Amino acid sequence: MLLTITTTHQPATDLGYLLHKNPARLQTLEVAAGQAHIFYPEATAERCTVALLLDVDPIGLVRNHRGPAGEGFALEQYVNDRPYVASSFFSAALSKAFNTAMNGTCKDRPELPEQLLPLEATVAVIPATSAEQLGSLFSPLGYTVETEAHPLDPTVPEWGNSRYYTLRLRHTGLRLRDMLSHLYVLIPVLDRGDKHYWVNREEAEKLLRRGGEWLPQHPAREFITRRYLRFAEYVNPTLERLLAGDEAATDDLPIPAEAEADTTAGPLSLPEAAAGPAERLSLHDLRLDRVAEEISRLGAKRVLDLGCGEGKLVRRLLKAAHIEHILALDVSWRELERAQQRLHVAEMPPRQRERLTLTQGSVLYHDPRLAGYDAAAVVEVIEHLDESRLTAFEQVVFARARPGAVLVTTPNADYNQRYETLSAGEYRHEDHRFEWTRAQFAEWAAGVAGRHGYRVRIEPLGPEVAEVGAPSQLAVFEQ
Amino acid sequence: MPHYTSLKLPELSLVLLIGTSGAGKSTFARRLFQATEIVSSDQCRALVADDENDQSATPDAFALLHYMVGLRLKRGLLTVVDATNVQPEARKTLVQLARDYHVLPTAIILDVPDRVAEDRNRARAERQHLGRHVVPQQRQQLRRSLKFLKQEGFRHIYHLHGPEEIDAVQTIVRDPLYSNRKQDTGPFDIIGDVHGCYDELLALLTQLGYMVHTNPTEDVRDLGVHVTAPAGRRALFLGDLVDRGPASPQVLRLVMSMVQGGQALCVPGNHDIKLLRYLNGKQVAEKHGFAETVAQLATESEAFKSQVRQFLDGLVSHYVLDGGKLVVAHAGMREEMQGRGSGAVRAFALFGETTGEIDEFGLPVRYNWASEYRGRAMVVYGHTPVPDPEWLNNTIDIDTGCVFGGHLTALRYPERELVAVPAAQVYCEPVRPLRPAEVAADVAQLSAQQQHDDLLDIRDVTGKQIIKTRLLPSVTIREENAAAALEVMSRFALNPKWLLYLPPTMSPSETSALPDLLEHPAEAFDYFRRQGQERVVCEEKHMGSRVVIVLARDEEAARRRFGVVGEGPGRCYTRTGRNFFTDATLELAFLTRLQNALTTAGFWEKFHTDWLCLDAELLPWSAKAQELIKNQYAAVAAAATAALPEAVAVLSQATTRGLDGVEALLARTTARQTAAEHYAEAYRRYCWPVESLSDLRLAPFHLLATEGHTYFDKDHAWHMETLRAICLADEELLRATPYRVVHLQDIADVEAATQWWTDLTAAGGEGMVVKPYDFIPSGRQHLVQPALKCRGREYLRIIYGPDYLLPGNLERLRERAVKSKRNLALREFALGVEGLERFVAGASLREVHQCVFGVLALESEAVDPRL
Repeated sequence: MLLTITTTHQPATDLGYLLHKNPARLQTLEVAAGQAHIFYPEATAERCTVALLLDVDPIGLVRNHRGPAGEGFALEQYVNDRPYVASSFFSAALSKAFNTAMNGTCKDRPELPEQLLPLEATVAVIPATSAEQLGSLFSPLGYTVETEAHPLDPTVPEWGNSRYYTLRLRHTGLRLRDMLSHLYVLIPVLDRGDKHYWVNREEAEKLLRRGGEWLPQHPAREFITRRYLRFAEYVNPTLERLLAGDEAATDDLPIPAEAEADTTAGPLSLPEAAAGPAERLSLHDLRLDRVAEEISRLGAKRVLDLGCGEGKLVRRLLKAAHIEHILALDVSWRELERAQQRLHVAEMPPRQRERLTLTQGSVLYHDPRLAGYDAAAVVEVIEHLDESRLTAFEQVVFARARPGAVLVTTPNADYNQRYETLSAGEYRHEDHRFEWTRAQFAEWAAGVAGRHGYRVRIEPLGPEVAEVGAPSQLAVFEQ
Repeated sequence: MPHYTSLKLPELSLVLLIGTSGAGKSTFARRLFQATEIVSSDQCRALVADDENDQSATPDAFALLHYMVGLRLKRGLLTVVDATNVQPEARKTLVQLARDYHVLPTAIILDVPDRVAEDRNRARAERQHLGRHVVPQQRQQLRRSLKFLKQEGFRHIYHLHGPEEIDAVQTIVRDPLYSNRKQDTGPFDIIGDVHGCYDELLALLTQLGYMVHTNPTEDVRDLGVHVTAPAGRRALFLGDLVDRGPASPQVLRLVMSMVQGGQALCVPGNHDIKLLRYLNGKQVAEKHGFAETVAQLATESEAFKSQVRQFLDGLVSHYVLDGGKLVVAHAGMREEMQGRGSGAVRAFALFGETTGEIDEFGLPVRYNWASEYRGRAMVVYGHTPVPDPEWLNNTIDIDTGCVFGGHLTALRYPERELVAVPAAQVYCEPVRPLRPAEVAADVAQLSAQQQHDDLLDIRDVTGKQIIKTRLLPSVTIREENAAAALEVMSRFALNPKWLLYLPPTMSPSETSALPDLLEHPAEAFDYFRRQGQERVVCEEKHMGSRVVIVLARDEEAARRRFGVVGEGPGRCYTRTGRNFFTDATLELAFLTRLQNALTTAGFWEKFHTDWLCLDAELLPWSAKAQELIKNQYAAVAAAATAALPEAVAVLSQATTRGLDGVEALLARTTARQTAAEHYAEAYRRYCWPVESLSDLRLAPFHLLATEGHTYFDKDHAWHMETLRAICLADEELLRATPYRVVHLQDIADVEAATQWWTDLTAAGGEGMVVKPYDFIPSGRQHLVQPALKCRGREYLRIIYGPDYLLPGNLERLRERAVKSKRNLALREFALGVEGLERFVAGASLREVHQCVFGVLALESEAVDPRL
């Protein structure tokens, strides 16, 4: 909610000219989230400090639908940290308050913006996964980084520290406009990545423009870019394509596969040697490629994709000429909407459109629409079901739908020790209800096959490692 | 030929008017049938082409006509097809439609001379274009058709010659189908397959209270048997009276005399029909015990055989009884066939559904139609011997294989009681053993209904659903809400067999106008006063997490009543059907503690039950919401208490510079800092560390159900006192909820209750819940809110955010509307009550789940979550 910038440049009051803000006045601007106040707690020739205080109006935020959507926690829309942290709202306010300075114009003193100044900035408070994360983002830009952690609740010491830090940045010689653009870009990047906040398209594009000069050299550019695109995608899904160049590229963007362990810690805290985002994405691709290949080998003409998600397997299956029809189901309405968009279902030519039915369904309810298929793909689905509900899943798929073949993939728990960020017993994804060892999966698969007249073989998915096997496993059931 | 003045038709039939253009079909139809019963080809042509005479539209017009006819027949409505219908292929499609929906086709031929028809056509502008050949050609087709109509499948054929005969018809008489005995309400004693087991039948009838006297007589019309039925009751035989057993003629004699005497009804079985064919002189294979019957009949008189023949010939395939609530047929009856007439219906009644396959015993493989049965009517049937009669989707097979050494069973209707007598001996060895040799152990423990309920059908929950409830005539679930519920139910809910009930949402009282308050008891009391309530119950609102507990006395009782195996004796679940505990060991320990308390309190004996369903609050809040508190509430407080002092410091520094407006900003920011501290205190009050069972507290407030009962008919004081008795049995774990009964007209009473609320909330309590004294107040036109909450000022900080009391904020927050929340609360309440009542009444999981799913779906309606 608060940013202060101090300089000891002589005369320090040049800061007022640079910012185009009079040190003798309190200025208040109306911004999207509420009001931004600009004032100078000190303004002498030796030392001058400007403060930007963002006073978020939480009630106004709700009424203008600008706050968090409140998914999973309904009250989040109303009770949240937005009024107290440096967030994308803060970036927007920063841009509005110091637009002239950020553009590097100073009418009265045209030489000032290019001057390297000793600068100090304090942000209170900024969310981050760790102090190291703050260091890894700001140190490469030449700052001395100082952080102060805050306890989650001082009366409950065992809860440890919160995710909020007071951040102090010092630089011996830097253009003010660069510091502003660093803050402008990196503040929303640090904002919690697992939630989308409202940023309009224009601002998303500005983010890119502001980073243009220094971002390409930044060691964390991939992570920073990814965070931009998350914002952009939410605003306008086509913007992502626009920015990435072409459609094929979207699949290769380092967006972590949904079923992998990356939600708890930012990628920056992942050791390079462990599964980086790129490697994990390729695992998901590899898994889908393998399933598609197996479906082709089986010669299946009518294929079920149970738990189709955003449609990555469907896209592969549509390319296979021998497949006449795909019934792709997901229980999540949101995922289906994403799939609709990603696969461009509305714009498909009629013949292609006829090959695909994309609709809501559940693998826990008998569904007569599932009968009469040659193969069913159940990719990374079962581990999202409570173990006690697997009997219902078994009934629906193996007893009632009875496709000619069923392909089931699930993580291999034996492999989890290879993920250094996972502690023992921890799952790769917070929604996983179980992760099976190879032996457990084999036992379950054999039981299912025996009860329903299928034969089954299991193969590793992904590069195998001695003792622990491959990261994922595939069971192919055939009647 | 005499002129008909009235035509008799089956009440449900497809009537084809057959006649040339200009024969007067439309006039005839309009005169004798309701306008909505007539589907006309001209009208269909107009609908698809804007022109009744556009012949190019004929295929589409008939597609529409067939579609409409099909829908009407599916819905069981008499339908008249106003088209020429002179060509056999046109009639064939329609007759097929009638067959598909088990409706009898009727033909009414309007046969007028060509000249009359042509004159009429000439008089009508829109028929001017008809060529001269048209009418004669149509009439020729009609004449050729006449002799084939019976063969085509028409049961009733009326041929009206000339305008005079046509005009003579004044009325259509609609005959009820023989199977329709809806006025007949019983009570009945429905008796399964007898197969010549006379002694057992006699024993069973005696046990049911019938008195049977036999006195042989010379008069052949008198069968020599006289039966007195118990008051008002009648026997209802499900057929297969004969074959295999030792005394088929005696059984026939007894049943026939009971039917004659009005003490019984009877539907035919396949064996009875085989006997009829034999008596009619047809060749019949002497298999499956028929030889015995033939031998037994050899000594009977021709007169008796003739009576048997007449009796069997008069039997009706199945009966729909008691206002449509009961259907009986030998081998069962699918819903869409009930009360309809066709060859397929009769065949189904006799043989049931078979797949066409033959099993290892050489018998046809039967398809269990009952597993898909969704009908409202109870269906009682026999035909397939089963070791024990079991309910499945409101159907029951009561053929318990008496002739094979099993039992002869009767179902008393409407009591649903089974009465059985054992077979005196094995009269016939069954080809297929009566009891299957081996069944998986866990499956064998479950009833047929429970096994069937292992799998729910997506069609029963998705799409727009309209659920009839006792409290509200119908609750509509919108498709998008059902879609949301499908996701939540599939991803997060526990085994649906545990989900008997989901609690309704609760509205707050209307917004208070008092300073510094959003809610106050005055508005809640006002609401109930306006609803005509004299008394309310105020219960302290515990700030924990809502939990529904379904708990059996032991795992065996859980299996028996809930049909779950290996999931422990019970479950605790949240308002959205999620498992409350993530730690199974802790859950079991908790449930065991609760079981012990119930045992100590003598609950099981007192309520004659081995299970119960409780509505309760589990404390502390942090037990369930720890992660939420850390990630949301504590996080907001941490951010606020870290950032605000920095802002205050910088503003204080700025005040020394004397900048305009900074003082006010400092004051406001300092106020926010204080608010943030109060906010942190507010959530901390409801948290304490949970390390073991002894840190948990359970405050039950509704005893919802036990075996055979729900307790929605008991007032809240009863619930409070009943639960207090249980709480006393384990005062560490269980917490009785403080409450008071308030007489709304008694000012002192109301003031005292208000003071109680003020004290509770000042001490940091969440507030209270105000409920009408009766769980469901009677005598009101509209349903009254089952409860309103009144939350305290401090508590509301965690709902409305740290700054909610700041100047400018509270005023805006007062603009809240409780109406849609209340509407939702009533609909969810009606569904919750309905689901639990269905469960207690022994409904299938599908019927219970529909209500529970409905509550979850309604919860996805967009309503301000702060209310």
